[in-house]
Amino acid sequence: MVIALSVLDLSLAALLILALAGLSLRLGLGIEQRLVVSAARTTIQLLLIGLVLKLLFDNVHFLWVAAMAAIMITAAGREVMARQKRRFTGWWGFGLGTLSMFVSSFTVTVMALLAVIGNTPWYAPQYAIPLLGMVLGNTMNGIALGLDRLTQDAAARRSVLEARLALGQDWNETIADTRREAIRVGMIPIINAMAAAGIVSLPGMMTGQILAGTPPVEAVKYQILVMFLIAGGTGFGTVVAVSLGARRLFDERQRLRLDRLRTPQD
Amino acid sequence: MQAMPALVLHQLRTRHVGPIELTVAAGECVCLRGASGSGKSLLLRAIADLDPHQGEARLDTRSCAATPPPEWRRQVALVMAEGQWWAETVGAHFGAGCEPGWLARLGLPAAALEWEVARCSTGERQRLALLRTLMRRPAALLLDEPTGNLDEDSTARVEALLDDYRREHQAALLWVSHDPRQAARVSRRRFLLEDGQLHPDTHAGAEGGRW
Repeated sequence: MVIALSVLDLSLAALLILALAGLSLRLGLGIEQRLVVSAARTTIQLLLIGLVLKLLFDNVHFLWVAAMAAIMITAAGREVMARQKRRFTGWWGFGLGTLSMFVSSFTVTVMALLAVIGNTPWYAPQYAIPLLGMVLGNTMNGIALGLDRLTQDAAARRSVLEARLALGQDWNETIADTRREAIRVGMIPIINAMAAAGIVSLPGMMTGQILAGTPPVEAVKYQILVMFLIAGGTGFGTVVAVSLGARRLFDERQRLRLDRLRTPQD
Repeated sequence: MQAMPALVLHQLRTRHVGPIELTVAAGECVCLRGASGSGKSLLLRAIADLDPHQGEARLDTRSCAATPPPEWRRQVALVMAEGQWWAETVGAHFGAGCEPGWLARLGLPAAALEWEVARCSTGERQRLALLRTLMRRPAALLLDEPTGNLDEDSTARVEALLDDYRREHQAALLWVSHDPRQAARVSRRRFLLEDGQLHPDTHAGAEGGRW
């Protein structure tokens, strides 16, 4: 049922990228190089993951799935770190986001696999890897946004935070507003996505399933499931990451320690 | 009345400052001067335990390290040169309200608590910031240029109120001022902070300290 795409079909679509790069050159936008490199990365990375998934599907083994999941979460942790303007120094820079994603994305995905999908084995890669990928990708966005907001805000409002400490407020009360705002910022994209789904946007996963021949209502049910999983993963992940980060901004004597953040480069 | 504690600094050291040995007795006011950048504010921040430091600060025998930080900072209250405000109205920063007598003494109406912070002048904010700290009844006050933005009349009012608070509560005051005449008015013991060390301040201000 699936209409297979040939190299020629993809090349036609790639003309769009080339045309855009040409326009960028013409208008002096200076992004043509990044555009082409990103498009090339998409092609190579997705082809590779296609091969990896094929291999994984042919050799179903828990350890292979676990190894794949570990690689995905490490990559996501690095990405969260790279998106921070003022990230935490030392291991915290990488560990904070990674740990929070592990706690939320993994739990949510495993719960869905065990309780909702109920395949045998429960870690069947055809379900486990795409689900984890979608939850992880969105959780990563939420955590990156939330942490970035937290640290930027703490740096910008340093004097206010210290004035509150000087008045005898504890660290928790002092950072509460900043933390609340950071968590909101991390969660708003998925809330908006849920609100707009189906009316403004047709989510990619559902669209893909429909293109591949799944009956629309089945595809929609999966999309609803995925939306809820993403919301859960993003929400809890952001809460964990921002809360840990907020605690880390203060030391054992409840002093604001902005020296635990790297000063922004450039 | 319960005996109030003295503020004792022992071998206190922070960035560029120290080691500092100083005891401010209960009910005493000690003034600190120094060129800008000499570390006056850093010293006050270290005493309030807002910056990492070595050595010790105590209230009598109770050391800073053995006191939960929020409690220490309520007891040894730092009033920063630039007051900071985070809520819309002045009153939201006070918690339990403000003594009307104190507002009046600083030339502020009782309605000042309902003011929007954004509409207050710098001078009004500075006086209100002092009051919001005093309302927490600290045993020691670390004052960083508490009259820096005030005219002569308001300055006199603030000095008088702090004088009363000191005597009534037997509070220990460490007062940073750039004005030698003010230093002479409010304190008997005065120091100059230079090269990270305290030197007796020999500047001849007005004759005789009031305190």
